[in-house]
Amino acid sequence: MINDKVSQKIVDIIQNYARKHSLWVLAYGTGCGAIEIPPTMTSRYDAERLGVRGAATPRQADVLLITGYLTTKTLKRVIRVYEQMQDPKYVIGFGSCTINGGMYFDSYNTIKALDRYLPVDVYINGCMPRPEAVLEGFAKLQELIQAGKADGSKKYKENLEWYRANQKEVIPVWRMPEFNW
Amino acid sequence: MMEEILHYTWGAVVSFVLAFSVGITFMGLNRKVTARVQNRIGPPWYQNFIDVVKLYSKKSAIHHGTMHHLGPAFLMVSSVMSLLIIPILNDGKFFPNLNFQGDLIFLIYIMTFGPLGMALGAGQTGNPNSAIGVTRGLAQMAGFEIPWVMALVALMIQYKTTSIVDLMNIQAETGRWLMFSSPFAFIAAIMAMFGMFRYAPFDIVGAPAELASGPMSENGGKYLFTMMSSGSVFAFAKLTLYADLFLGGADNLPELVAKTFVLYMIPVLYGVVNPRYRTEQAVRWFWGWPSFFGLLAILQASFF
Repeated sequence: MINDKVSQKIVDIIQNYARKHSLWVLAYGTGCGAIEIPPTMTSRYDAERLGVRGAATPRQADVLLITGYLTTKTLKRVIRVYEQMQDPKYVIGFGSCTINGGMYFDSYNTIKALDRYLPVDVYINGCMPRPEAVLEGFAKLQELIQAGKADGSKKYKENLEWYRANQKEVIPVWRMPEFNW
Repeated sequence: MMEEILHYTWGAVVSFVLAFSVGITFMGLNRKVTARVQNRIGPPWYQNFIDVVKLYSKKSAIHHGTMHHLGPAFLMVSSVMSLLIIPILNDGKFFPNLNFQGDLIFLIYIMTFGPLGMALGAGQTGNPNSAIGVTRGLAQMAGFEIPWVMALVALMIQYKTTSIVDLMNIQAETGRWLMFSSPFAFIAAIMAMFGMFRYAPFDIVGAPAELASGPMSENGGKYLFTMMSSGSVFAFAKLTLYADLFLGGADNLPELVAKTFVLYMIPVLYGVVNPRYRTEQAVRWFWGWPSFFGLLAILQASFF
């Protein structure tokens, strides 16, 4: 609709501002990290004042918050949830387990590095990260969105074969609908 | 002729923009009030404007069928139609409305049209949460429609008119708000308003933690944008209708905003201190005292 570069730039600034200040979070809370989400959202730390708010379904969400370890079984569900989300979408890896396996580093059925399976925009380390660290992570994500650098979903589309190969390595029975944008 | 058409078109556009901005601001204030009651700072009052822009700028790659695409549009059509029929200011100069004899009856129909269209759209998504939300919503509608229609019928009997403008003129002539001259109808209508706004304890349709937001669970991005803006327009239209019918309308915009804000705070403040009802509890609530007051209103209108 808008073709010339100047108006596209203005539209981008407005959209990035809106995306930055309105992050609807889908907390995928199967790991132990989910216990840190309620204090982040409720009156003690009150993430809603930053525009961070819970979303009920993947269709409405902007941020997929993966709290803690992922077993190979839950990874399949996470991939499905991620592919159901609408662009632009961001992933936050929460806790040491998503970075290098954490205390599950030698477990046979958890994945060690989330980055091999889903494009992660921001990591929050710690075991557990406190609510302050979670808010810090959201602030970092807001910075990236403002600068236009939070392009995880674009990376996922471009390198889909690589991600798929990694995913199919750990998920032996692959019965999933095709990823259609 | 041409001038008249232009006049009405511009009136529609201006009243839509007004209803959208006021409704969305009210919803942002609702979030702020809720946050303050829960001892939080809460989002800024303009948070909902940001949310709307963000939802509009999201891509939507969801397809479940034609009705799914049309559901939010039905909601929007119903909201805009009720907005155009309800007079916004007393003299109707800046905001001309499509008033006609019998628009109160038409309004009862058109206010249920949007949720029914949305129910069809939600049914086609095939999401079980949507189906449960729709059944709950229709049950709740069967609940609050009874006191609401009773209150309106009482007004129609008492003043022998089915036009909103006539009712406003009666208040202007006698100098008495209908809130005082037919108090039972006012009480029944206010109690029905709790169900219309679907805030706690009557948020059984959305129920985020329980139903994953119910009928809208498959709708993201631009669908949610349409729903949110239609919700804000509809909220403003309903509040204006209440102010017109019971609080004597308004002569200027600040007065209108003040009156609608006071009315809006009734369900909001009742909601923030209440948990959620189950479906049958909600229906039983509406068929209890609110319907009793509606019956009293009809009796008062027929015999006094």
